[in-house]
Amino acid sequence: MGVGKNITRVDAVLKVTGEAKYVADLEPQNVLVAKVLHSTIANGIVKSFDLEEAKKVKGVVKIITCFEVPDIQFPTPGHPWSTEKAHQDIADRKLLNERVRYYGDDIAVVVAENDIAANRALRRIKVEYEELEPVLDPEEAMKEGASVLHKEYPNNVLGHSSFQIGEGTYEEATKEEGLVLLEKEYRTQPVQHCHMEVAHSFAYMEQDRIVVVSSTQIPHIVRRVIGQALGIPWGKVRVIKPYIGGGFGNKQDVLYEPLNAFVCTKVGGRPVKLELTREETLGCTRTRHGIKYKIKGAVRKDGTLVARDFKAYSNQGAYASHGHAIAANGANVFKQLYQDEKVLESESYTVYTNCITAGAMRAYGIPQGDFVTEALIDDLAYAISMDPLEFRLKNCMKSDYVDPHLGFGGTSFGLLECIEKGRQYIHWEEKREAYKNQTGDKRRGVGMAIFCYKTGVYPISLETSSCRMVLNQDGSIQLQMGATEIGQGADTVFAQMAAESTGITEEKIHVISTQDTDVTPFDTGAYASRQTYVSGMAVKKTGELLKDKILSYAEWKTKYPKDAMDICENQIVKKETGETLLSVADLAVEAIYSLERSEHITAEATSQCKSNAFSFGATFVEVEVDIPYGKIEIVDIINVHDSGTLINPTLAKAQVHGGMSMSLGYVLGEELLYNEKGKPLNNNLLDYKMPTAMDTPELRVEFVETYDKTAPYGNKSLGEPPAISPAPAIRNAMLHATGVAFDSLPLNPEKLVLRFMEEGLIQE
Amino acid sequence: MYDFKQMYLPYSIEEALELLEENKGAEIISGGTDVLIKMREGKLEDATLINIHEIKELKGIHMEEDGTIVIGAGTVFSHITNNEIIQTYIPMLGEAVDEVGGPQIRNMGTIGGNICNGVTSADSASSLFVFNAIMELRSKRGTRYVPMDQWYVGAGQTVREQDELLVSIRIAKKEYEKFYGHYIKYGKRNAMEIATLGCAVAVKLSEDKETIEELRVAFGVAGPTPLRCPNLEELAAGMGLNERVVTIIGKGVLAEVNPRSSWRASKEFRLQLIEEMSKRAFRKAVTLAGGEIHA
Amino acid sequence: MLNIISMTVNGKEVEVAVDERESLLETLRNRLHLTSVKKGCEVGECGACTVLVDGEAVDSCIYLTMCAKGKHILTVEGLKGEDGELSPIQKAFIEEAAVQCGFCTPGLIMSAVEIVGTGKRYSREELRKLISGHLCRCTGYENILNAMERIVEETYRVTNR
Repeated sequence: MGVGKNITRVDAVLKVTGEAKYVADLEPQNVLVAKVLHSTIANGIVKSFDLEEAKKVKGVVKIITCFEVPDIQFPTPGHPWSTEKAHQDIADRKLLNERVRYYGDDIAVVVAENDIAANRALRRIKVEYEELEPVLDPEEAMKEGASVLHKEYPNNVLGHSSFQIGEGTYEEATKEEGLVLLEKEYRTQPVQHCHMEVAHSFAYMEQDRIVVVSSTQIPHIVRRVIGQALGIPWGKVRVIKPYIGGGFGNKQDVLYEPLNAFVCTKVGGRPVKLELTREETLGCTRTRHGIKYKIKGAVRKDGTLVARDFKAYSNQGAYASHGHAIAANGANVFKQLYQDEKVLESESYTVYTNCITAGAMRAYGIPQGDFVTEALIDDLAYAISMDPLEFRLKNCMKSDYVDPHLGFGGTSFGLLECIEKGRQYIHWEEKREAYKNQTGDKRRGVGMAIFCYKTGVYPISLETSSCRMVLNQDGSIQLQMGATEIGQGADTVFAQMAAESTGITEEKIHVISTQDTDVTPFDTGAYASRQTYVSGMAVKKTGELLKDKILSYAEWKTKYPKDAMDICENQIVKKETGETLLSVADLAVEAIYSLERSEHITAEATSQCKSNAFSFGATFVEVEVDIPYGKIEIVDIINVHDSGTLINPTLAKAQVHGGMSMSLGYVLGEELLYNEKGKPLNNNLLDYKMPTAMDTPELRVEFVETYDKTAPYGNKSLGEPPAISPAPAIRNAMLHATGVAFDSLPLNPEKLVLRFMEEGLIQE
Repeated sequence: MYDFKQMYLPYSIEEALELLEENKGAEIISGGTDVLIKMREGKLEDATLINIHEIKELKGIHMEEDGTIVIGAGTVFSHITNNEIIQTYIPMLGEAVDEVGGPQIRNMGTIGGNICNGVTSADSASSLFVFNAIMELRSKRGTRYVPMDQWYVGAGQTVREQDELLVSIRIAKKEYEKFYGHYIKYGKRNAMEIATLGCAVAVKLSEDKETIEELRVAFGVAGPTPLRCPNLEELAAGMGLNERVVTIIGKGVLAEVNPRSSWRASKEFRLQLIEEMSKRAFRKAVTLAGGEIHA
Repeated sequence: MLNIISMTVNGKEVEVAVDERESLLETLRNRLHLTSVKKGCEVGECGACTVLVDGEAVDSCIYLTMCAKGKHILTVEGLKGEDGELSPIQKAFIEEAAVQCGFCTPGLIMSAVEIVGTGKRYSREELRKLISGHLCRCTGYENILNAMERIVEETYRVTNR
């Protein structure tokens, strides 16, 4: 019972029987179908529509264009709202947009009796545009004369930040004689989340209120944003979130729910669904930011990291979404993971372009930031002929590190043990030596990468969570969280935490998985690997409160002092002897039906979290590259994580598998491609190369369990971290195998082959 | 729902041929794995479909008395792979179609559809080309037999007339007897993939297994249609089994292909693959034939 | 426009009125309310809608219902025993923690039914190929393969005892 045990997922039976209900499974009969008309240019202005033919299609109920939506700009990211104007998210889009900013922008919507009619109408709408030259590259977009996407941002720079650690400048620091200097450009690509359930919602009205059922990670935020977008009081909106088929950050953004709600109000409140196709999900929601980094690094020949200069240019795409937070987060890992003896200069830009909007995706800028951090570290080690592991140990974050800007750190530290476990597993020294001087078509290499990762968003943003527990007559409880189950196993670990804090065993804890903003206590939702930590605090606090109420009642009933009692495996016991006084079930039935003292025992608490903690980890990998084919085979790979104390080790391991697989896709082949006009080329699951079972190696996972004193149960972030370090580790293993430094992701076969030809590894 | 005008579901070849004659411009749909996907773009909303999915006569594989292997055009990929005749006499074809999409697609897609859609990336095409397969086309006007090298007329186009139905694919005994072959599909992923390139190589070795009696090389995606390399094949006949020949083959194919650059892959990349794949497929074919490549 | 066709769904003969343009996915979900069959891409790329037609796994999104006339269709809803007991395959998925978001799960379980049904023994590499028509973003396939390996092995042992 309780934390640290491998209990079965609480939703496993529902999911293997197909009985778990997702949005599509809840749609009412006769739901109307809304389909969005997307622009077929990437940059320009909608001049007019010709709707004549479209309106003639049998079954069409309503067509709404960008000229008929409220003149309200609203923000979309799943951030806690800020009551201070300066910290509020950027409101830069309308429900439908006259000003087209990417290929696929939403310019009109058709509501019809069925999908055939809706699609036929879409095909018959004629649009007249004023077309502008698309700008797809951030640096191009920053240039004078580039097309301006949002008039509020005349140079297209959405965000800019800089900081410095240490004294002086990079230039000054590098005047020292004998330093080895590197100047590099690294590049990461836009990729997509590929949750297996597409973005999907439906809406209907109950009198003057709008109910939206959506596949989202952030129901309470969706409610607020719908209110903002439609210009209606937030209480008029009710959002329901059932089981969802993955999110990975894409559903940490408000996607089409506001449009769905609006359209519903325009057809008299009849139920309307807005289910994206897979092509729309890949092409019109969000991507991971592609970021270009210009980096300088200076290292002494003894292996001391002396100074670094970091510049990031993050491609935001058409709308702000999570905006500059991602590039800034990436800059943080570069700062946190290694300390420069003299100085680190850091500057980041986030720039609007005519690409698909970039937003949150698993690990929020750190896969990019860690790629550049860890690629540079290997490149520097290579430049001074030092073992990259030794070089890391010499320069990486120490156990007492506290982030100078964020003010936290040093509360638990398993990084070095992670490195040690990985080193032993992969036989580091032996293989680094063995693969030193290879020739031939197939070559092997080993590589590594490390990371650190925050837990939640404090102190950058608010961290708050609520929980409710309701005692039933049989001594079982309902556990209700504002925090969301999105596949990661949140409901299960919450049940374990509730068991730990109340003494009621898991089989008596009924998790209400669905969030309904009308009845569910507030929580901002699933993101930032925050829930076991932040929402876990709310479970603990509420559990303790419930237990206190139960024991208070027990005191009245048994006349035994409350402080001398405890609850253990559903029994109220004497603390000292363990002797059972009565069962929670007996107490519960008494409490409700007592003629003398009737009490419905419930507990609800909010926990505001004002702490944060770093989790850590490392990837070690052995690759074999087939040079003439440009193919990388992962011979062996291991992720070692310090995520504090594990609440459910089996589920933790399973989550690591998924993150590793996502990172493997990131490094080996995934990339959203555009043509020169900004049209996405591969927004389908055949051309977008998400790994299949045949592309995935055996995934080894180890943990270094630490106890973080700031956490409810010693636990730290785990959901996102596994997706960080495999990519740079593989890149570094390729450097070892071939001597070729690949500085842009992904390492796809064509890129490898062309580079090998250039480097003479493939001879004419 | 799929948007099309109407669909006929014939249960016999005869019925299908009549429908094809009556409905000028009708599209044939078989396994559905290509046609239905095209339909999503809305380009077939006025189309009449003739769905040959339920025609039993089009399914199955048998061998005629003279050793000709006859594959029903409506046979799905997985049934080809698991068929004993295929496994015994032309395993390369079974292996090639086992590389199409994923298992579910292979339970649905048919070899006839793969050949009739005319695409250069068809996984079955290179192998059929190497075995000089003959397409049996039938219409109300009669039956005609088209050899593989006359089948394709351009990218996505075949000689099949609108009223014709591909009934079967025939491979004569002399075309497979004593031939050993290997097909390589190069994709960016190892499953659920359209070939970046496909390469089939078959060899017939001399009795002593020291020389090439006959070499056949075919590619998919090395040009607008699947293609053979006749000049190289002629040149290689009679050559010994050594590294020099491997190099000759790798270089030789380059003169007979015409890949294009697209966002999926550049010409330069494809040429490198063509050279490498032909060498690897040749080595494997020789091994299968019991030969050995000498230094 | 509607055609009445009969087929056997999860062991029960049903007559259902369908539009000829309808996919089996749509018929099973919308007309027969078998919502274990998930829609992930509608083009046969993700495998979430996998069902068995006459014992063979197909992507029901690109299978026209008209072609299912007279055939036997099996979905996850058909696996549970009469008393509600889970099938060994479902149990294996639970015990091996092969389930996360659960959206790909029913489809994978149906492929598992086909694979296990052959009674053959498969290596892990073979199993990788046999499930390669299913995309999963949560699990890296690791625990799914563990579940598959376990159930294939168990079944083989039972049938070859």
